[in-house]
Amino acid sequence: MRKALGLFAFLGFTLFLLAATMSLRPFGAPPHTEMDHYFITHAQEQASANNVVTSIVFDYRGFDTLGEATVLFTAVAGVLMVLRRKEVSS
Amino acid sequence: MTTTIIKTTTRILASLILVFGAYIILHGHLTPGGGFQGGAVFASGLALLIVACEDEIVKKRFEKVPLSPLESIGALGFLGTALLGLMGYTFFKNVIANSGFIFGGKTPIGINPGYLNTGGTLAYMNIFVGMKVLAGLTSIVLIFFLLLGGKKDEW
Amino acid sequence: MNGNIIAINFPFIVVALLLALGFYTIGFKRNLIKVVIGVEILESAVNLFLIALGYVKGGYAPIYTLAPKKAVGNMVLPTPQALTLTSIVIGVAVSALMLAFAVNIYRHYGTLDVTRIRRLRG
Repeated sequence: MRKALGLFAFLGFTLFLLAATMSLRPFGAPPHTEMDHYFITHAQEQASANNVVTSIVFDYRGFDTLGEATVLFTAVAGVLMVLRRKEVSS
Repeated sequence: MTTTIIKTTTRILASLILVFGAYIILHGHLTPGGGFQGGAVFASGLALLIVACEDEIVKKRFEKVPLSPLESIGALGFLGTALLGLMGYTFFKNVIANSGFIFGGKTPIGINPGYLNTGGTLAYMNIFVGMKVLAGLTSIVLIFFLLLGGKKDEW
Repeated sequence: MNGNIIAINFPFIVVALLLALGFYTIGFKRNLIKVVIGVEILESAVNLFLIALGYVKGGYAPIYTLAPKKAVGNMVLPTPQALTLTSIVIGVAVSALMLAFAVNIYRHYGTLDVTRIRRLRG
């Protein structure tokens, strides 16, 4: 009974997602492009790199990358802590 | 699970994968790629070296590899390169660009063949972040392999 | 008209199907490893959605190295690509952490079935 109810809700959710894709903007026509056009036209003189994606990752949005590096460091430390060889317990 | 096929393939492929990862890291400001992707490629090459060998050989081989210092150097170098911008400008300001230092050559505007000696702080950040990512992913693979590899009776 | 929208928005439909598959895997599977796989499918769906949002019709990659002449002023949006790059690396780290917790749970309880690991065991 619970499984049937869950399946029903899941099917409704899937139909909602498919209906949402129908009413989305058409693929290939993004709504707001002013910021990206600024990046594309000014990245070479401001960030001095041919690769616009790299200049966004490391220059315009550097704080994002800083937080991401912190997340990566924390995850690695967490894995090393969790998988430590157990000598005390059990 | 190590067979002769895997060992031979590793002997041929591992160096090529490592060189390709280093290329992606170094050319991050010119071609598709960068620190994260190149670090992941480099770490996959090291993972191939880890998986293709026995437990004791891996332990002996990776005892000398300073993975944890590499990760710390990557994080601190990234922060330090960002802090360079505080010399008169703001945090994350690209001060090395067009200054004549290493990686500080003049960048041509528009479509160009791509010169390695440009990029300013972006190239340094690529190198540091690549170091950090390769150390982190390799240590994850290494600890999964060493702790869960062969010994079933331990847990 | 309707078929036209389906043809145009095909990447978004793929995203919706991947999202549904991920939610199904998370909600109806009992094995913890399969739940982790479901989370990974959700992640790739979100990454694909971000990339598809930034696509400009007929655009080129936002890189000036040896680009064709037509590429100037006709590039896809770079910001979603940068955010997706961030998201991919975080996804790898988080999946490694989830798998480590799954390993620890298996060590502690001797099973990966989520319905049988509810009781405490010291």
